[in-house]
Amino acid sequence: MDLVAIINCMMNPSSLIMLLVNTLKLTMLLFLLASGLSLIFGTLEILNFAHGSLYMIGSYLTYVAIKRMSGYAFALVFVCLAMAIFGFLLERLLVRRIYGASLFYQLLLTYGLVLVLDDVVKLVWGSEYLTVEIPQIFQRKPIVFMGSVTPFYSAFTIVVGAVVALFLWIFFTRTKLGKTISAMSEDQEMLQALGINVPLLYSFVFALGTCLAGLGGILSVPLLSAYPGMGFSVIIYSFIVVVIGGLGDIRGAFVGAFLLGLVKSMAVIGFRDYEELAPFALMVIVLVLRPQGLFGIKHA
Amino acid sequence: MKKKAAWTLLVLIILCSVPLFIPSGFVMDMVIQVLILGLFAVSLNILIGYTGMVSFGHSAFYGIGAYTLGILLQKTSFTIPMALGAVVVFSAVAALIIGFFCTRLAAIYFAMLTLAFSQVVYAIVTKLDSLTGGYQGLIGGIPKPKVNLGFATWDISLFSNLYIFTVIVAVISLLLIKIIIDSPFGCILKAIRENPQRTSYVGINARRYQLIAFVFSGVFGGIAGALMAFYVSGAYPDFIFWTTSAEPIFMILIGGLNTFLGPMIGALVLFLLTTNLKAHAELWGLVLGGILICFTIILKKGLTEFFYGSNLSRWLGNFSRSTFGKGQDVR
Repeated sequence: MDLVAIINCMMNPSSLIMLLVNTLKLTMLLFLLASGLSLIFGTLEILNFAHGSLYMIGSYLTYVAIKRMSGYAFALVFVCLAMAIFGFLLERLLVRRIYGASLFYQLLLTYGLVLVLDDVVKLVWGSEYLTVEIPQIFQRKPIVFMGSVTPFYSAFTIVVGAVVALFLWIFFTRTKLGKTISAMSEDQEMLQALGINVPLLYSFVFALGTCLAGLGGILSVPLLSAYPGMGFSVIIYSFIVVVIGGLGDIRGAFVGAFLLGLVKSMAVIGFRDYEELAPFALMVIVLVLRPQGLFGIKHA
Repeated sequence: MKKKAAWTLLVLIILCSVPLFIPSGFVMDMVIQVLILGLFAVSLNILIGYTGMVSFGHSAFYGIGAYTLGILLQKTSFTIPMALGAVVVFSAVAALIIGFFCTRLAAIYFAMLTLAFSQVVYAIVTKLDSLTGGYQGLIGGIPKPKVNLGFATWDISLFSNLYIFTVIVAVISLLLIKIIIDSPFGCILKAIRENPQRTSYVGINARRYQLIAFVFSGVFGGIAGALMAFYVSGAYPDFIFWTTSAEPIFMILIGGLNTFLGPMIGALVLFLLTTNLKAHAELWGLVLGGILICFTIILKKGLTEFFYGSNLSRWLGNFSRSTFGKGQDVR
């Protein structure tokens, strides 16, 4: 562990900004995944093990969209819509059957989905790594600020993530639909009695979560490329994020994502050998201090 | 107790005499693999079926057992009983540490955390190149020293003796699990599964019992891993990878949650599936995943229980209603 390197990095404004930018970039990518996971758990009470695979599908669809379609914006809209529809169908056909079933069956169903989606991806696109170039519009000069250099695409990622976070926050605290969804996790029978179509809202929430995972795929595919099994590596990180932040809480997902992003980007500077283990150490520390996560509600 | 001992003896005699009547390598391979996989699944079922804790990181112990046995036999002059003893100690210690953190939590976090911890074990094992062989695994074969029985030595490197050795260790482990489950301790576990809150109101420290169950589960999982390492003469990172954790869950699902030997049937199904799908490895996930999805949705209970009380017709009615309807039964 190289504390000196970390302190040196902190003391120098340009490298501090670079560390911060890197952290925020990771934060946003992690947040897009973890917020969907957390949202689905918070409202549907389903632990979606296949969330990483949805992100994988998003990445592959982005690959197709960018290769086949002209215009990045168009591809972006296409992938988001396709993911939302995919999520909707998934909820109607499969996920709906296990509401209220024990955790064991939830894990099994979503785990089955992981296996199936991984193999479908392999059959359709092969098992090689597929790389996507950073789209033309983002191939610009990096942003230079106080001696720090920020690639344009990283800045774009951070902005998109921040916008989504803001949108979710406004959606759940200020709009009627958002408040209805929050109410649904409290008492869905009451909502039905009030004439609200709860099953449709359930599908909507799952589609929204899928869409967020797909957005994560869109943003990350030029940075990390697409390959079968990529879903697994991110689902572990998403789990860590929601465990740190507290399941079912969007703010928690954001804070958890930030902490994990910080630890991961500091690891690159100061303790490279422990990069893989550092996130787990962070999680263990949080859990010892606060078993229900930073924003979680204490369970019995 | 006497009844159990008699049954165990009978099973041992039957299994050990299988090669005499059916001298085929395939059958012996099948018995060994099904026993080891079955033991692995039954050990996990202590947690899932009997205590109601869904662990998704059982491969950690499988891997720890396999690597402990492999490294000790390869690099030191441990005898086989000593190595097996070390496997028990190591898995118990690992389970104690992992369980200490995991059993503090609600069920949903427990599942995620056990998965995360198995990933930690995976990362550590692949990192310790010089000891474990890194990503390549522990290759070069695991030596099989002769076992000193007191009156004679027993050469386990012979396949027929290896078969008998594996059968004996696995069946005795299963007997021990059965004894644990039927003991008063096991009854407390079941009480915790049914209602943790009420159990703690009676004055039972539920967390401590969950931790002990976790350690037992880990120890027998470790033994299963050790047997597998011994049988395939190597230990690989795949043993600890998360897909290995999913296999016993698959077996438990197929066999039924609340039956003791149900997971053995699951193991047999998994073994037959694997052997028949070897030629189409690219479809492995598709088939396994498809079966999982169908089973979860249709049965939600597992084969053994399904045959006891079927509610298929009721289910069909619900199926159409829940897909197209908008009213009741969402949760």
